[in-house]
Amino acid sequence: MQNLSLSLISGIAIGGTAAYLGCLMLSRRMALVAGPLGHLSLPGIALALIWGIDVSIGAFPFVIIGVILIWLLEMKTRLPMEALTAVVFASGVAIAFLFLPMGQAETALVGDISQANLSGTAITVLASLAIVWILKKTYPRMILGNISEELAAAEGFDTRPYNFIYLFLVAVIVALGVKMVGGLLTAALVAIPPSAARNLARNLRQYILWSVVIGAGSALLGIVLSQITGYPAGPLVILVSTLVFLCSLPFSR
Amino acid sequence: MGQEDSKILEVRDLNVTIEGQLVLENLSFSLQRGEVMTILGPNGAGKTMLLRALLGAVPYEGQVSWQKGLEIGYVPQRLPYIRNIPLSVADFFALRTDVSTDVREMLQAVGLEAGTENKLISDFSSGQFQRILIAWALAKNPDVLLFDEPTTGVDVGGEETVYSLLTRLQRERNLTMVLITHDLAVVHRLSSVVLCLNKQLVCMGHPLATLTPENLRRLYGTEVKFYQHHHGH
Repeated sequence: MQNLSLSLISGIAIGGTAAYLGCLMLSRRMALVAGPLGHLSLPGIALALIWGIDVSIGAFPFVIIGVILIWLLEMKTRLPMEALTAVVFASGVAIAFLFLPMGQAETALVGDISQANLSGTAITVLASLAIVWILKKTYPRMILGNISEELAAAEGFDTRPYNFIYLFLVAVIVALGVKMVGGLLTAALVAIPPSAARNLARNLRQYILWSVVIGAGSALLGIVLSQITGYPAGPLVILVSTLVFLCSLPFSR
Repeated sequence: MGQEDSKILEVRDLNVTIEGQLVLENLSFSLQRGEVMTILGPNGAGKTMLLRALLGAVPYEGQVSWQKGLEIGYVPQRLPYIRNIPLSVADFFALRTDVSTDVREMLQAVGLEAGTENKLISDFSSGQFQRILIAWALAKNPDVLLFDEPTTGVDVGGEETVYSLLTRLQRERNLTMVLITHDLAVVHRLSSVVLCLNKQLVCMGHPLATLTPENLRRLYGTEVKFYQHHHGH
């Protein structure tokens, strides 16, 4: 029972925070960056499983490397992000399969939040709160910078530090997210709730609110369903949010 | 006031290189307070890049010096990403942290009706959206307005009013303006100086004296009908 409440607390924190950050990612066609980053984290997850440490901690150095790569490549080349990520991050999956313990492949690929323990949950909640706090501080400038670098320049601020903060937060949320949905499904955590919220919202506040509610609610419902059905929680969390997205479609204008 | 006092912008030997390609070359000019400068040139001439350099939004070599303490407003050609998220007009104005403006008053000043502030940005036509962008740029009471192609996406009826709006704003607020345009009529009607640009400075001066057939040929290479020019950048 304690395990279930810890999973629920972790899941709601991850789901809500990823959805909040996802609102920002949608404003610059970057929601899918979280996917390749998740793939790149797979070798880290594999190592964490071999060594018996928290998968988020194993994933973190790998996503940080990925984020620095994206940042440098974007600054230097301005190549389309999709092309960069496809080339670099598929190799993450390939490398992981060289030494991933096959018995734990499911945990690595689609997550296993039922293994949440007290310290892991504490790290998750604290990291989520930190992300939310930083986002709240930087949101207006992040959005403005995403919309137009020229408008930001006319406002007198440089978008580059904000881009880096933003990518760093994406790295943290991906590292947290792999715990719940594994290396394959992280993009859905940040992409689906805001996509559904966009269909429902009439302004920015509603958009963020709906997104967080859908993200946290899907995590809650997914984990509970997993307890009842015995299926892994990660895919169920994603499927619940997909269902919400489908239900939101008639409201899209 | 002497000539030096009214000079608000000095550009000297400006070079901009993007991905190894020189897009602006040895550009030098200055701008006086209250002037309306139009920038005329073919596609790919570096017009938008010049505005970006003036804003400091792109790395450059050379010198771009604005008079100290100036507020600069910028009206972009379009903002493709803004429609990705549900942003109301009021949300859009709230994104800037440095001004506390009466949004409704600003919107009225550009001819948009009351209640507009609660509508979603994505619900506006491109002509109306351009007015919102103008209002946004005016909200911090700028001394200078940089405007990238006011005509884009505005129908013929609406175009006239955007220009009369600009004329009125320029008069009321003593705005200095820099406008990119493809439209010769606009150059003649609105501007006191025209800068013909094709990576380098081709010609510059009062429109009547500057836009000679010979200069236009030099600017566009051939005798194209530039006023029917389609832009795809």
